[in-house]
Order: sequence, then structure tokens, then C-alpha cells
Amino acid sequence: MPRRICRAVNIKKMYYRGKMTVEALRGVDFTIHANDYLSIMGPSGSGKSTLVHILSCLDTPTSGEYFLEDRQVSKYTDQELARVRNEFFGFVFQNFSLLPRLSALDNVAMPLLYAGTKKNDRVVRAREILDKIGLGDRINHRPNEMSGGECQRVAIARSLINKPRVIFADEPTGNLDSRTGAEIMEIFDRLVDEGNTVVMVTHDSNVAAHAKKIVKLKDGMIEYD
Amino acid sequence: MISIFGKITLSFQTFRTHKLRSFLTTLGIVIGVMTVIAILSLIEGLNRSVAEQIQSLGSDLIYLQKFTWVSTGHRDLEKLANRPDLIPDDAIAITKLASVEIAIPEINRRLTNLKYRDNEVASPTITGSDENFAWVNNHIVESGRDLSRDDVLHRRAVGIIGSYIASNLFPDESPLGKDIYVNGHRVKIIGVFKEKGTFLGNSLDNFLLIPNTLYEKFFPRERGSIFSRVYGGYSIDIKPRTGKVEQAIDEIRELMRRRHGLTFDEDDDYELNTQQVLLDLYQNLTNVGFIAIVAIAAISLVVGGIGIMNIMLVSVAERTREIGIRKAVGASNQNILSQFLIESVVLALVGGIIGILLGMLLAALISAVSPLKAAVSLWMIALGFGFSASVGIFFGIYPARKAATLNPIEALRYE
Ligand SMILES: Nc1ncnc2c1ncn2[C@@H]1O[C@H](COP(=O)(O)OP(=O)(O)O)[C@@H](O)[C@H]1O
Ligand SMILES: [Mg+2]
Repeated sequence: MPRRICRAVNIKKMYYRGKMTVEALRGVDFTIHANDYLSIMGPSGSGKSTLVHILSCLDTPTSGEYFLEDRQVSKYTDQELARVRNEFFGFVFQNFSLLPRLSALDNVAMPLLYAGTKKNDRVVRAREILDKIGLGDRINHRPNEMSGGECQRVAIARSLINKPRVIFADEPTGNLDSRTGAEIMEIFDRLVDEGNTVVMVTHDSNVAAHAKKIVKLKDGMIEYD
Repeated sequence: MISIFGKITLSFQTFRTHKLRSFLTTLGIVIGVMTVIAILSLIEGLNRSVAEQIQSLGSDLIYLQKFTWVSTGHRDLEKLANRPDLIPDDAIAITKLASVEIAIPEINRRLTNLKYRDNEVASPTITGSDENFAWVNNHIVESGRDLSRDDVLHRRAVGIIGSYIASNLFPDESPLGKDIYVNGHRVKIIGVFKEKGTFLGNSLDNFLLIPNTLYEKFFPRERGSIFSRVYGGYSIDIKPRTGKVEQAIDEIRELMRRRHGLTFDEDDDYELNTQQVLLDLYQNLTNVGFIAIVAIAAISLVVGGIGIMNIMLVSVAERTREIGIRKAVGASNQNILSQFLIESVVLALVGGIIGILLGMLLAALISAVSPLKAAVSLWMIALGFGFSASVGIFFGIYPARKAATLNPIEALRYE
């Protein structure tokens, strides 16, 4: 049995909108092991994004417990949560979420800035990863000078740079045409082959088919078959 | 952690994208710091020249008089007028004190004018004193001779004039041996004093020195107005031995109380004035200037600070997504806080530096076109820096905290 990285127990997430309460997650259990390749599927509004945001510590649950290597995340300080986001998890967004004013290289190196890595090492490592992901000739381009596929590859490079335990991707091919999407999925496949752990949100069954295991979400709950 | 330098270059990036807006924002600070630097340097310049001039008046003299130079509250003139007049004998007694080098009597009044043939000087001062007056008061006889003991004893009708009177009454000839008339009495000019210049804008050379015995004959001391009873009598100019000012004051006090027959429960009925008192008075005046500066500074810095807070809030709102992205990849609240705080401090400091430069320029300009001389010193520049940096911190902290505590997901969702 591979090592367990994190475990969520009975996670609930409520959004309050005036008098209305939206229950986005209604008691979800979720465990991630090393070298997992999971895909979370479900219709729009089923709570997929909410779940990966909580799992990646970008957001906090309304109730339930989340353990990172058996430590309760709710006990983490802001500073520790920042470190978790920086070193423990990488996140790839559907809309890339790159800083428009920074070059590909600076975007990729940004997590290292907050890790306190020296400038020279930052440049060397960012360049290395961009080379590996096939963007060695784009390092000085800004996001608006690159195609959607290239932007998403920059975003993947950024999520990888601190060698995270888990890479989360929320509909990473959602904004791309199918050919480019397939190229991106190849990258994730390769990453898992190299020993990385990937958790991917999608509502496209062709994309989900890449994963070793599919988790289905409906109305904020996991559907077990 | 990220180097300070890295953060500062980061914030300069933002200024480049908002040049005009950043400039307008700093205007309040620019104007505030500029005004403060200009006024401070003018006051400092004034301080220096006043200190110099007070020094040039004569070193460390103590003046024994019926009135004080600095009035504290309202002064009871009647009480001052009823104090005993000081007399030349007081000077003789004081000269005998151990810590006193010499004491001389001095009596002054302002004349309407002095004339010689077609020439005239307006409102000269006439001084009655003795042969020691000139050196005690740092006057140098440039031509002719000083007063002598005999001049005083024999009440000779002789006088020595300041250079201002010399050049105005006798533009083309030597004044020596010429007669002028004071109150209808003839006085023969036996000497001319070297020029001393001006003090607070008044000529120090528009005066005529005659023996005090002669002065008493010209201007008999009748019971005049209350003003002349307070201010019209003798002063005693006392030159203490070097470094003995304090002892001299004590000894004079004891002596004068004895001479005036004061009992232990009676107050002094004379005043001891020193240049320190004059400096203190001047200090009080400039303190008013300082209060004005503080007010100007406070107002403009608050205005500038609000401007900075405003632009920083706009900047935080505009960059909400950026903040979300940075937090998503591991920026801590602290990182975001310091990024925005450094930005507002840099913004304020840019304004401060511009203000310092403009203030110095303004001071130089005023110095060039007016008799005021400005003196910029390092501490003012430091003050300008300190001021603007504090404004940057104080008014930057709220927007920076706002940015730092944003929830990453909500920030990322922001359009
Ligand atoms: N910030 C929010 N405020 C209010 N409701 C929200 C918020 N975020 C998500 N929701 C609601 O929670 C539910 C789940 O959303 P989400 O996790 O984004 O679903 P998915 O990613 O599966 O489309 C939806 O009904 C959505 O409208
Ligand atoms: Mg979603």
C-alpha cells in the first residue's frame, strides 16, 4: 500500500448568500496516496472545484477534518498554510492564472520567490522545468504573447517547480481545443509515470479516462458504485 | 525571504504603469515636505545670523537695569518706575567684585536727528558712558582718539561718532575736530568708530558717544513720563571674568541687595539681563514659527497620506487577482503585507525626496532674492525622509492589511 499523503473526513462546505445557504459539499471523505492519479468528475455545480480548493488548502471547510500527514489542517497558522500551498501542493487552474506582466520564466519561478530561494537558483530551476515541458524558447514571453496551450504548460511548470506532493488541476483542458487538451493530458500522464501524484477535476469522460481512478461527485456528495 | 531590493523593484514596476496617478498622489507629501524644508532652513539661517550678530554685540556682558528684557506676562510699569535709579557709583562698586573684570555706567536716548551744515542723520542714539565703554562693547576707534578719564572727570564737550554718522554727516571731509550740536549744546568730534554693521536690520553705527557726565548736563534727570523713569536711566554694563558669569551674577545680586538695603523677604528691585536672555527671547519667537511648521506639515501630510491610502486601496482592488495568484502559490499574509507596505513607503519617499529637493530649491531662491539666508542641514533632510516614510507606513498599513488578509479563492474569483 503506497504512503498516504492526506485524508479528508466528512468535509462540508456551506456558502452563505444573504438568507440563502448553498451546501456545496455535504460530507465528503477523500484520501490521496502517493503516486495516485485521480480524476473527480461530476456535473457543473456539483462541488468539484470547492473540493479541490479545500484539499489543496486554498480554502477551508465549514466542518469536517482534514489531515496532512496526520496533522490537522485546521490547527495550521496562516504562515503554515502559506508554506503548505508553496511546498506541499501545486495547483493548475482552468484559466491558467498567470501574472500578465511577468515573463514565462518569472511566472514559473514565483513559488520559489516565496520559498526564499536565491535568484540564481530560481532562474536555473525555472529554465530547467520550462525546457522539460517544451517551452525552452518561450522563457521571455509574457502570457499574452503565448497560446492557450503554452500558457497552461507554463502554469503546470509553475505548479511543479517546488516538487509538490500533490498536483491539483481544476479542468486544465477546459479552455483548450481538444488537440491541445490532449497534449496537456500527455504531460500529466508523464508526470504520474515519473512518480508524481495528480488529482484532476473534469467533466469530460475522455479526460477522466487518463486517470487510474475516477471519483464521481453529485450534489456535493461522492457517488459510490 | 525575498530581498528588500527585490520588493522595491517590484513596487517600481507598478509606478511605471501608473505614472501620472502616482505623481498626483505624492503631491500632498511633496508640498508638505517642501514647505517644511524651506521654512526650517530659513529659520535655521536666521538662527545662525542672529547668533552671530548677538555674539558681535559684545561678548557675554551682563546688563544691570531696572527692567527685564523678557517680559513674562504683563509688567507693572509703575512698580518698575519706583525702583531706585542705577548710578555710576554702582559700576564702581561692582568693578571691585572678584569675578567681575569691569563695570561701566551707560545711559542712552534716541535723538530726532543730528545735523552738520546741509547733512543730516535721522534718529541717532546718544550714549553717555566713560573711557571704558568702547573696549567693553567691542567698539574700535578707527581715527582720532577714544574718551579719556579726564574727558569724563572734566565733563569735556567731546564725542566719538559711529561710522554711519561719519559717512552721512561728513561725506567729503574728516569729522575730526568738527563741532556738532546736541540739544543746542556744542560737542567736538574727537574720534570715529569702526563700522559694526547691522543687527536685526538696524545700523549699529548710528550713535554718538559722549562722557556720561556731559550727558547728565545735557539731559538732566527730571521726573518724566513713566517710560522715561523705567527706561531712561543708567544701565550698568558688566564684563565678568572669563568663565565666571554665574559667580558674577551671584556677587552682583548680593552687592546690589546690600546697596539698596533690601531685607531678606523683599524681592530684587533690579534686573540682570544677559544675551542668553535675548537668545531665549528669540527662541520663543522662532518657536512660534516651529508651531506653524508643525501645523503645515501635519495638514499636508494628512492630505498626502489620504492620497496614498486612496491609491493603495485602488491598487489593492485592481490587483486582487494578482494577490489571489500569489497567495495560491505560497505567498504568506506577511509577504503580501510587506509588498504593499513597501510600495506605499516607496511612493511616499519619492514624494519626500522631490519635496526635499524642491524645498532646498525654494530656500535657495528666497536666499537669492531676499536678505534672508537659508541654511539646509542634514537633520532637515533626515526629517523629510522620516516624515514621508512614516506617512507611507501609517497610511499604507490599512490597504496592505486588506490585501494581506484576502482569501485566496475569493481573490481569484474577483473580476
Ligand atoms: N463563493 C461562492 N459563493 C456562493 N456559492 C458558491 C460559491 N462558490 C461556489 N458556490 C456554489 O457551490 C456549488 C459548487 O460549486 P463548485 O464547487 O464551483 O462546483 P463545480 O466546480 O463542480 O462546478 C455551486 O452551487 C456554486 O454555485
Ligand atoms: Mg468548477
